[in-house]
Amino acid sequence: MMFMKLGVLFSGGKDSVCALAKAMEKEEVVCLISIISHNPESYMFHTPNIELTSLQARAIGLPLIQHSTKGEKEKELGDLKHAIEKARDEFAIEGIVTGAIESVYQATRVQRMCHELGLWCYNPLWKKDQVELLNELVETGFHAIVSGIFAYPLTEHWLGKNIDKDMIKELIKLNRKYQISPSGEGGELETTVLDAPLFKKRIVLDEWGIEAKGHAGVLSITRAHLGNK
Amino acid sequence: MILIVDMNHKKGSLGFEEFVLPIASVVKKWEEYAIVHYKELTPQSIASVRKVILSGTPLMDKEFLHHYTNFSWLRETDTPLLGICAGMQFLALLFDSGLKNCLEIGMTEIETTAENPLFSSNFRAYELHTTAVEPSPDFEVLARSDNCVQAIRHKKKEIYGILFHPEVRNREIIERFLQH
Repeated sequence: MMFMKLGVLFSGGKDSVCALAKAMEKEEVVCLISIISHNPESYMFHTPNIELTSLQARAIGLPLIQHSTKGEKEKELGDLKHAIEKARDEFAIEGIVTGAIESVYQATRVQRMCHELGLWCYNPLWKKDQVELLNELVETGFHAIVSGIFAYPLTEHWLGKNIDKDMIKELIKLNRKYQISPSGEGGELETTVLDAPLFKKRIVLDEWGIEAKGHAGVLSITRAHLGNK
Repeated sequence: MILIVDMNHKKGSLGFEEFVLPIASVVKKWEEYAIVHYKELTPQSIASVRKVILSGTPLMDKEFLHHYTNFSWLRETDTPLLGICAGMQFLALLFDSGLKNCLEIGMTEIETTAENPLFSSNFRAYELHTTAVEPSPDFEVLARSDNCVQAIRHKKKEIYGILFHPEVRNREIIERFLQH
């Protein structure tokens, strides 16, 4: 059977790792593509611990294309396009996979870009129930931690916590009371995946720091290594 | 029972999660459903269901254009059908409509042009297509965007086609099709 060669837009957060897992089940993923945005308020790209994607890619066993952007609205799309073109030229990808769930803003821009480049575009988490997705991640053995908080009433106590069943219950409550997206797709919450079934090695954190003020903060991983599973 | 038809180029494609499951998530709140890939669709598979919804496909997926002539038997069905995007094009082609190039990606203004049970007035909808339908006289046009026909209804049968994606935004349109 012929498989389609795909590149996955990879932030290292739970959604992109989950989209990668789904893509690997059905097609051939040949590379990961990460955009390192220097704008922490980027409309398009996950920012906390994006540099960790090179270690995550090694843990997964896939080549990574990293590309930097200043993160200026719309200009950052040009940077993403360059990265995708590089993936097409170096790895002969036929399509792109994203972890978009609800964001029409993100999906529209990536769809347009893929159309211009003659590439397929897949969003395997599109419109998926967010609580169902979180439960699926926990039940299938993802180890993901909260690495960014950007909304009331989240506080720095969330940073570094594992996503587990208790946290999902808490997120459901916050969704009912404050309309926070349970998966954080509105940018309320960012995650970093340290292990998952598709990882050949796990990420072990050696050193990290927390910077938080009020209801915004990040857990910055400054040193980490690969460990056996 | 509602039958959802997967219009992706192959059974089990990565487009299944993106184009079929979001429809299923709307339907399951109202009624049981089954899913079949379009290449496995038979007169028997729609004989026992109440209504049928045909999904969309990724922008690059035009495989259904090579196979629609195998489904001319669908012209004779009395089962209500709703085709979304690729599904609309598939149904329209069965009734001798044409296609034209029309690229729309993202949120777009839709104008309702004929009264119908599924939607009314002007609204915004999510689009993802490179071609649009030029409907044959068998169809009445229900809605348009600035660029192309957005919704059609067969004049004698309960067959609808919608070019935009109501499973992304405007999910109530699918619910109204199920309830009507």
